[in-house]
Amino acid sequence: MTLEINGQSFETDEEGYLANLSDWSAELAEAMAQQDGCDLTENHWEVVNFLREYYDEYQIAPAVRVLTKAIGKRLGKDKGNSRYLYELFPYGPAKQACKYAGLPKPTGCV
Amino acid sequence: MSEELQSGIVKKFLYINRRAPHGTNYAQEGLEVALIGAAFDQDVAMAYLDDGVFQLKTGQDTKTIGTKNFSATYRVLGDYDVKRVYVERESLECRGLSEGDLMPLVYEDEDNDWEEKPLIHIVSAEEMQQIIDESDVLINF
Repeated sequence: MTLEINGQSFETDEEGYLANLSDWSAELAEAMAQQDGCDLTENHWEVVNFLREYYDEYQIAPAVRVLTKAIGKRLGKDKGNSRYLYELFPYGPAKQACKYAGLPKPTGCV
Repeated sequence: MSEELQSGIVKKFLYINRRAPHGTNYAQEGLEVALIGAAFDQDVAMAYLDDGVFQLKTGQDTKTIGTKNFSATYRVLGDYDVKRVYVERESLECRGLSEGDLMPLVYEDEDNDWEEKPLIHIVSAEEMQQIIDESDVLINF
């Protein structure tokens, strides 16, 4: 599959995750979110940026339970819970946020 | 497996890793499969023996062989609630390695102010046998 953004095309897998990590940009994240009818707020970005840092450090996109725990540690318990994260990313926090972060589908998600 | 997941049965999985990390895909795949099992709330433990002990060696660098350096990923085992990582002492010794050559893997105790606790247990071949005996499911990589 390919993703068409501003006249440029980007290779993705069959579920819309970017094939090449290096193609990612903030504009691309905004555009992917737009296509899902989602406006990225500061709270969304906090999670997306967290995931990008996590991937950079551990070379893996975390499963949702692991993400929730890690967010709790970094940003506090009021954000490290599934209710908060699902409100931001109704399609599943790990899946949807990883997509906008340009990462592969999380390990442990099917 | 789906029926078992639905009925909430938790089995003791032991992933046995016997190969060096970067010559084949086995090590990386084994790690990913173990993490997936752990994400599904199974009781996951890891065993490293034979050349598999090299997987946990510090300072791995894959730049010149052009593969992903997934050794950083072992450090998430604790985040996935894998709390038992067994390394066979004899395998270490006959490769000139000791515990100090291994990455210091830890898990953080969420309920105890994120206190870090060690994940790696060095065990004898005999103890490893017992660990294998006590597991419900063995998966070899």
